[in-house]
Amino acid sequence: MPEIKDFVEKVAALFEDTDAAEFKPENIFRNLEGWNSLKALYVIAMVDEEYKVELKGDDIQNSQTIEDIFKIVKSRV
Amino acid sequence: MAFLSFDNVQLRGVSACVPKRIQENISSPLFPSDKEKAEFIASTGIERRRVVDIKITTSDLYCRAAEKLISDLNWQKETIDCLIFVTQTPDYILPATSCILQDRLGLTDECYALDISLGCSGWVYGMSTIASLLAQGNFKRGLLLCGDTLSKVLSEKDKSTWPLFGDAGTATALEYNTNANKIDFHFGTDGSGSDAIIIPDGGFRNITTKDSFEYYEQAGDEMLSRNRLQLSLNGMDVFSFGISRAPQSVNKLLEHIGAERGAIDYYVFHQANKFMNELIRKKLKLTDEQVPYSLKNFGNTSSATIPLTMVTEIRDKLETKTLKMMACGFGVGLSWASMSFATEKIICPEIIEV
Repeated sequence: MPEIKDFVEKVAALFEDTDAAEFKPENIFRNLEGWNSLKALYVIAMVDEEYKVELKGDDIQNSQTIEDIFKIVKSRV
Repeated sequence: MAFLSFDNVQLRGVSACVPKRIQENISSPLFPSDKEKAEFIASTGIERRRVVDIKITTSDLYCRAAEKLISDLNWQKETIDCLIFVTQTPDYILPATSCILQDRLGLTDECYALDISLGCSGWVYGMSTIASLLAQGNFKRGLLLCGDTLSKVLSEKDKSTWPLFGDAGTATALEYNTNANKIDFHFGTDGSGSDAIIIPDGGFRNITTKDSFEYYEQAGDEMLSRNRLQLSLNGMDVFSFGISRAPQSVNKLLEHIGAERGAIDYYVFHQANKFMNELIRKKLKLTDEQVPYSLKNFGNTSSATIPLTMVTEIRDKLETKTLKMMACGFGVGLSWASMSFATEKIICPEIIEV
């Protein structure tokens, strides 16, 4: 079963220049330092690779926090 | 299952023509910071693209590519029985540009000419169409022309499209030959994703009105500004589609023909962007050497990417060796297709610039 802690760490790893300690489940990901449209693709790629789950653009657009995305991933594993 | 297979059809040659004018992404004013620009170039792998002069059309690029190929093949024009033109930037809404090209290329008036409206998957679909026309031996020679001048339907103020796409036209020559190796195909279509890459207005669903020309900003970003007669791309949807469907399709075809991954010399993929294409390559466990890229210098050139990559990246191998090849196109439609084929010392002229 996917764990939120693990998921947040995997998202944090996509941001090279931002301190991993700043990443929390309740973070609004769009407000994270270094967030841009490319990072959305990195998240989709990470989820595809690590969880074998396909995320669509709407899944990202309709989510606010890292935990919102995690819930979608969890429901599709 | 969407597999097709043809005997008796031989790929004889490939040529490509691009405009001289180069646009460097490093000079692009579209990015808020140099850091974001560098990240864009590093992850897409696209450093520059070719952009046509406003007066040049896709068919002008094709003409040059086709004339050179016909002459290098030593083909008499009256021996060309069919002409397939794959583009989404035709000369006119009507008539079909393939008819205009029959005349411009000086082909016989007993020539089968057909336009196909596909983008990224278009070369593979076009190959299947022309192979099916030639396989019975009534038609002996065919030309497949693939490419686009997408710069004409992009907004220069849209960072989600303008720095990605380039213009190119290509010609591929095929011939009936009873000694030819088999060509195998796998196809897929998912029209539920039709709005992922779309020009919303100007067709007959939403005819052109004054509003079509109004620029709007996506997500309040002035660098995501376009009008409804210009191409809009949902990068996230296309990305998740590509990284799942392309490897699936290639795997299905490999399994169908009973081939090992390592037995194929080159896998030529549609050139979307480096990040997406590298994920596809890694999922398929292919080596760097097996997967050539033309993205760096030409970007995404729609249905031209596969033949353009053959011409610019592996031309010397194609001319001197016998090769086992796999091609895979995926994108606008959504539409995708894979093709397994062999080449035997084909004619592959150096890239032409106009």
